[in-house]
Amino acid sequence: MSILEISNLSLSFGGVTALQDVSFRVPENTVTTIIGPNGAGKTSLFNCISGFYKPQQGTISYQGQILSGGIKPPKRAALGLARTFQNIALFRGMTVLDNIKLGAHVHMKSGLLSALAYFGPARREEIAVRKDVEQRIIDFLEIDHIRRQPVASLSYGLQKRVELARALAMRPKVLMLDEPVAGMNREEKEDMARFILDIREEWGITVLMVEHDMGMVMDISDHIAVLNFGQVITEGLPEDVQKNPEVIKAYLGNSDIDSLRKKLNPEGEAA
Amino acid sequence: MRIADAKQTYEADEAIWTTQTQKLWFGLFLLVLLVFPFMADSYLLYLGCLVGIAVISTTGLNILTGFTGLISLGQAGFMGVGAYTVAWLSLNTGLPFPVTLLLAGLMAAAVGILVGLPSLRVKKLYLAIATLAASVFLHFIFAEWESVTGGMGGLSLEPAHLFGWSFQSDFMMYFIIVPLAVLMVLAAANVFRTRIGRAFIAIRDRDISAEILGINLLRYKLMSFALSSFYAGIAGGLFAYFYRVVTPESFPLSMSIFYLAAVIVGGMGNLLGGILGAAFMTLVPEALKLLTAALTPFYPDAPVFMSPMLEIIFGALIVGFLIFEPHGLAEIWHRIRRFFHLWPFRN
Repeated sequence: MSILEISNLSLSFGGVTALQDVSFRVPENTVTTIIGPNGAGKTSLFNCISGFYKPQQGTISYQGQILSGGIKPPKRAALGLARTFQNIALFRGMTVLDNIKLGAHVHMKSGLLSALAYFGPARREEIAVRKDVEQRIIDFLEIDHIRRQPVASLSYGLQKRVELARALAMRPKVLMLDEPVAGMNREEKEDMARFILDIREEWGITVLMVEHDMGMVMDISDHIAVLNFGQVITEGLPEDVQKNPEVIKAYLGNSDIDSLRKKLNPEGEAA
Repeated sequence: MRIADAKQTYEADEAIWTTQTQKLWFGLFLLVLLVFPFMADSYLLYLGCLVGIAVISTTGLNILTGFTGLISLGQAGFMGVGAYTVAWLSLNTGLPFPVTLLLAGLMAAAVGILVGLPSLRVKKLYLAIATLAASVFLHFIFAEWESVTGGMGGLSLEPAHLFGWSFQSDFMMYFIIVPLAVLMVLAAANVFRTRIGRAFIAIRDRDISAEILGINLLRYKLMSFALSSFYAGIAGGLFAYFYRVVTPESFPLSMSIFYLAAVIVGGMGNLLGGILGAAFMTLVPEALKLLTAALTPFYPDAPVFMSPMLEIIFGALIVGFLIFEPHGLAEIWHRIRRFFHLWPFRN
């Protein structure tokens, strides 16, 4: 079962083609990764899915529903599509706690009048959200020691983790992560990989990720799509994608692939 | 030293005052506000009322400019809408002041929403210009719509009344203005510990992320405009009851700049900043006048020399404070508080 299905998507800016006839699917409750060299169109694809770009052609279907251009980003968030950004998009002046609470915004109902009065429904709702955020997310992501700190004062790795926390507070069905471990050290990467696997296994959330770190991609992905120059070269299991000559060509360039493969993996050839 | 800061419940942690000390200080402050009118002379009472009105209006502009990041030069215009609404209602209906003030706020909020409509597309300085245009337009209406606003001559109104009480003196007006100011600042503080306030700040800090989190930008920007102009409308209504005459010249463009300066000097995006900024902007020119009067016995030329200098000294003080602390007076206050959090163990 695919929760998200991209069919024949094309996007261009003026004369520059960002995506060309892109089709692939995201099976439900998997970690699906989009890989590809820089400029292949991965982030453009994310922006199409979350509604910032309007593709000229093709459809995005989410849970069997076509996401047309009329469904704007806030609506898509409410439908259960959450995402993080490549260059962290947190609210730098706010505390970690307020950032995460903002993730729950679409699930809250208090209007302006009850907010002005606070005591009563607004307070009940705020406390319920606080409790949920503390027990479900802050505890899980191990960020309780920094909850009162402004985001700007945190290290890069922690900021990425707070951004993940905020996306989780949206109670997403599909979590889109744009380079979740870029610029992290080994330990931080391992933590993040563990969180991503837990999110899929324990919470049943489908993860769609863009990532360059091949070690991690091959370790935790269930399904991989490879993008190059705006086109999908192949999609499938990590093992299959790794062996695909087109993929190797995209990453290593167009040369004698067989000799290259021998050089890289002489034993595998012998077996 | 900071004590009693360990919380048992989330309710206690989400409160406006999180320690006993803070509650005690706030109680004392309320007591001072209550006793003040009985001790103060008429001049101080007059200033107290002015500061109260300025606090309400500055808090309103702070919500819009400081917290939501939308610069507005329309504040005086919105106050004018509130003032004219009160004046017209008190002349043409027998409504008591709580009703007229509420209607003044709502009227200003409605105008605020209209003025805020371009804010989805127009940002920063361009929005300042758009609101400036709105303010000029409102001024034109005040001056020309004679059947309602009385034209250049303006409107004179009766004192505020309720249950047969007439709020004629500054002393009586103090008991309307100051409690209302306290309530409205507290209400604003409430907004900023709920989803609505967080959405405002999110729009200011990074509107694209706000959108991805499901915050409808236009809706919340208009809500911010409405809330901010509601505060301006109430302040304008109080202004009308306080001076009991409203003319187009009561709300010049320089008044909008006055409130913008109050927000910046006090601290953008900080409610305490709005209060301190309003008090600073209202009281410093008066203090300078008092200084001139105090100097006159020693230097008989002081008034001649000082009166043109007042504006310059005032401006220099603003610039000085901003160089000393770009985040405004509120940040100075926070720095003092932080010092006492650890005092006497570290200083």
